[in-house]
Amino acid sequence: MTRLAERLLLLALLAWALAAPAAGAWTLERLMQGLAQARSARASFVEKKTVAVLERPLVSSGVLSFAAPDKLEKRTLRPRPELLRLEGETLTLERAGRRSVLDLRSYPEVAAFVESIRGTLAGDRKALEALYRLSLEGSEASWVLTLVPADPAMRALVERIRIAGRRSELSVIEILQANGDSSLMSVQRLP
Amino acid sequence: MTRRALLPLALWLAAIAVAAAIAAGARYTADLSGFLPRSPSPAQQLLVEQLRDGAVGRMMLIAIEGSDAGARAAHSRRLARALRADARFAYVANGEAAGSARERALLLEHRYRLSPAVEAGRYTEAGLRAAIGDTLDLVSSSAGGLAQALLARDPTGELARLVSMQMESGSRPPLAGGAWASRDGSRALLLALTAADGADTDAQEAAAAAVRAAFEPAQGATLRLSGPGVFAVESRMLIRGEATRLGVLGTLLVAALLLALARSPAVLALGLLPVLTGALVGVAAVAVGFGVVHGITLGFGATLIGEAVDYAIYLFVQADATRAAPERTRAWLAEFWPAIRLGVLTSLLGFAALLFSGFPGLAQLGLYSVAGIAAAALVTRYLLPQLLPAELRVRDLSAFGARFAGLARAHPGWRWLVMALAAGAALLLVAQRDGLWARDMSALNPISAESQAYDGVLRADLGAPDTRYLIVLRAADQESALAAAEEVAQALEPLVAAGVLAGFDSPSRILPSRSTQEARMAALPEAAVLRQRLRAALRGSPLRAERLEGFVQDVARARGTPPLAREDLKGSAFGLALDSLLLEGASGWKALLPLRAPAQGPSAYTIDPARVRAALAGSQATFLDLKAEADALYSGYLREALALSLAGFAAIALLLAVALGSAARAGRVLSPLVATVLITAGLLAAAGQVFNLLHLVGFLLIVAIGSNYALFFDRELARGEPSPRVLASLLLANLTTLVGFGVLASSSLGVLRSLGLTVSLGALLALPCAALFSARRPDAR
Repeated sequence: MTRLAERLLLLALLAWALAAPAAGAWTLERLMQGLAQARSARASFVEKKTVAVLERPLVSSGVLSFAAPDKLEKRTLRPRPELLRLEGETLTLERAGRRSVLDLRSYPEVAAFVESIRGTLAGDRKALEALYRLSLEGSEASWVLTLVPADPAMRALVERIRIAGRRSELSVIEILQANGDSSLMSVQRLP
Repeated sequence: MTRRALLPLALWLAAIAVAAAIAAGARYTADLSGFLPRSPSPAQQLLVEQLRDGAVGRMMLIAIEGSDAGARAAHSRRLARALRADARFAYVANGEAAGSARERALLLEHRYRLSPAVEAGRYTEAGLRAAIGDTLDLVSSSAGGLAQALLARDPTGELARLVSMQMESGSRPPLAGGAWASRDGSRALLLALTAADGADTDAQEAAAAAVRAAFEPAQGATLRLSGPGVFAVESRMLIRGEATRLGVLGTLLVAALLLALARSPAVLALGLLPVLTGALVGVAAVAVGFGVVHGITLGFGATLIGEAVDYAIYLFVQADATRAAPERTRAWLAEFWPAIRLGVLTSLLGFAALLFSGFPGLAQLGLYSVAGIAAAALVTRYLLPQLLPAELRVRDLSAFGARFAGLARAHPGWRWLVMALAAGAALLLVAQRDGLWARDMSALNPISAESQAYDGVLRADLGAPDTRYLIVLRAADQESALAAAEEVAQALEPLVAAGVLAGFDSPSRILPSRSTQEARMAALPEAAVLRQRLRAALRGSPLRAERLEGFVQDVARARGTPPLAREDLKGSAFGLALDSLLLEGASGWKALLPLRAPAQGPSAYTIDPARVRAALAGSQATFLDLKAEADALYSGYLREALALSLAGFAAIALLLAVALGSAARAGRVLSPLVATVLITAGLLAAAGQVFNLLHLVGFLLIVAIGSNYALFFDRELARGEPSPRVLASLLLANLTTLVGFGVLASSSLGVLRSLGLTVSLGALLALPCAALFSARRPDAR
C-alpha cells in the first residue's frame, strides 16, 4: 500500500468514527451500519429443527452465502442436497431433481421469514422494520437481535426470530414458531 | 288509386305483416357462432363448443387500475366478496386465502385417492420407512413448512406432493396486498366464471353489469372487464349501434337525394318503400332460414339501401312525365322493365351463390340479399306504379344526362385505357397473390385490436390457459374417458421428461378413474395392520409410531368413504377445471388434455406434433393444434367463397347469354364489370388493403350493381343513341349507391368498412366503365 492510500484510509476511518453516534453505546444503528459494511459473505451452517412430534431434532447442514444487496443462497449438503436461492423477489428451490420458482410477493409469510435473514445480513434496517419490531440486547462483542412479526397473520406462524452475533458477524439464527416448533441455525464464517 | 291497385297492395300488406311478425319474434345474436361452420370437423366442433359452452367461454377477466396498490387490493377483496354472493357467478378467484381454503380442504380430505404415489408397496413396512424418511428430509429442508405442520396426520407427505403438483400445473399471478396483481404491479386482477354459458349474451351482459354495479369507484380506481362473454356483449353493442347509425344515416342521405329529385313527400315515401320492404323481408327470410339472425347481417341493411332504391329511381326518372298516369306506367314497364328485370336476376344469381357457403355468416348474407332484392324489385314492379300520384313532377335531369352522354360517345381510345388499367390491375393482383388474402379471422372480429391485446395481457398475467395444443379423447362414458386419460397421461410423461412438453393437464389428475381410486384404496392397510407396520418401520426414527394416530385414523376413514365423485368437486376450482376438461357431448364423452409448450430451449412455445403423435400411437387420442385448425377453417371458408363467387359469376354469364340471345352481347355487358372489379381490387391492393371475405362480397355487389348499368347501356345501344333521361336515372342511381356504401365505409367496424370501401369505389368506376365499353366501334356503325 502506498503512503497516500494509507492516509486516505486513515481519513476515511476517522470520518466514519466521527459520524458514528456516541462511541461506546451499542445501538441498533451501529449494528446495522456494521452489518451494511460487508458486501458479501460465506458461512457454513448447521440447522437443528425441533418438531413437537419428533423425539429428537432433525439436523441439516450446508453453506450459506450472501451478496449485497439482495442475493442470498442456502445450499444444503446433508441429509439431502438442496439449493435455495433468493434474488430480488424471486425464490428458487432446487430439490430432488425438481426446480420450482416462487414469486415472493405471493407468499408473504415466506417473504417475511426470508427478509429477516437477508435484511439482517444486509444491515437494511428499513426493510426489517417494515416487517418486524426490533429489539437489541448485549454488547458489540456479543449481541442478540430479536425480531417479532408486526403482522398478526405472520405472528400466527412465527412467534419470534432471534439473531445472535459478535460485531458484524452472525453466529446463531433461532426461529420460534407459534406452534412451539423451532429451528436453531449455527453459522460459522468461511474465509 | 284504381281497383287494380288493390290486389298488390293487399298482398304487400299481408307480406309486410308476416315479415314484421317473424322479424319481431326472431332471435338476434352477435356471438361467434356466426363465424363457425355449419358442418364442422370434430376439431372445429370442439373449438366451437369450447367457445360457446365451455369454461373458456364463461371466463371473465377483471382488472382494477389506477389509485395505489393497497386501494386496488381492497377493491379486489370487496368485489370478490360481492360476486361470490352473486348467483350469476359460479366461481370467483382473486388470490385470497378465502378463495382457496375449499381446495386445500378437498386435497387434504381426498389425498389418498388423488395422490399418484399411493400404490401397492407404499404402505408396507419398507414402503412406509422410505416414504416417512423422505418426508422427514423434506421437513428438515427449506421447503418443509407444510409437511412439518401436517407431519402427524400425513407422514407419507401426500398433501405436500399434491400441492406441489398444483403449483407446477400453471403459474399464478403474484399477490399485492393479499390480492392478485399483474406482474408489473399496475393493476389488481380477478378471475370470475359466469354461471351462464358464454353464448348466452343476455346473461353475459347481466353478469358484466353486476360486476360494474358491485364496484364502487373510489380514489381514482377504475374497472376494466375482458373475456369472451364481455367481448360478445361488446360486439353486440357495437354491431347494434353501427347497424342503427348506418341505417339511419344512409336513409337520411338517400331521402335527401329523393327530395332533391322531386320536392314531394309521395316520391320520398315511394322511393323508400322498396328499400324498407326489402330489409324487412330479408331479416324475416334469415330468421326463418337460420333460426337466428346475426347482428352483422343487420349491418348490411345499409347495403340494401344502395341497391334497392335504384329500382324506384329508374321508375321516377325514366317514366315519361308527359304521358297520363296509366299510360306512363305501361310504357315504362314495356320499355325499361325487361332490362331492370335482367339486372335483378343477375344480382339474385350472384347472391344465391353465397347461399351454398358453409360459413353461416356468408350464407345469411346471401339469403338476406336474395330475399331483400327480390322483395324490393317486386314492390317496384307491382306496387309502386299503382301508387304513383297522377301528376309526378320530377326535376328534369335530361341536361345532366346529355352531358354524360358525351362519355358514351367518347373516343374508343378511352376504352383501351380502361382495358390496359384492368390488365395492369390483374398483373398486380397475380404478383401479390400470396399476401392478398388475410390468413386468419381477426379481420372479421368487431373487437378492437387494442381490446384484444389487453385481453392477451390479462390472460398472460392471470396464467389463464392458452389452449392451443390439446389432446382429445372420446369415450362412451365418463369412467372410460377418465381411464383413457390416465393411459394417455402415462404415455406423455416421457415427453415431459425429454423436454418436448413443459407439462400437461388431465381430468384424471383432478378426478382419478374409479379403478385407479380402487387400486389406491387397495394399497391402504387396515388400521391394526398399519399401526403394526408403522411400529416396525419407525424403529430408530425420530418419529414415534404412537404419535401417528391421526394418520391411522385418516387412512381408516379414507378406506371407508365412497369414491371421490364429480359432485364432490362442484363449486371449487377443481370442479371448474374438470368441467373444462371432461365434457359430455351429443356423441358421448370427451376428455381434453391441454399441453404446455416449453417456455425456453430450442422448441420454445411450440410443440413437435410428430413426437406427440408418436407417443399416442395405438391409442384413440387425437392431437390438435387449435390455432392451426382455426386458420385452416378460415382459409377453407375463403377458398369456398372464392369458388362460389366464380360459380355465381359463371351463372350470371350464362343467364345473360340466354336472355340477350347472344354470347357476344353477354360478353359486352360483362366486360366492363370484369374491368371494374379488377381495377377496384388492384387499387385496393395497391393501397395496402388485405382482402377478407367481405371484400369478396363487395366484388359480388359491384357485379350486381354494375350489371344494371351495363344492361341499360346495352339496351340503349340496341336502339341507337343513349337517351339523356336514361343516363340521368343511371347517374342518380349511382349517386345513391355511393351514398349508401360511402356511409358504410365510415363504419368503425372493420368488416363493414372494407365492404363499404370496396363497393363505393367499384360503383364509382362501374358507371364510366359501362359507358366507355358501350361506345360503338367506328367500324360497327
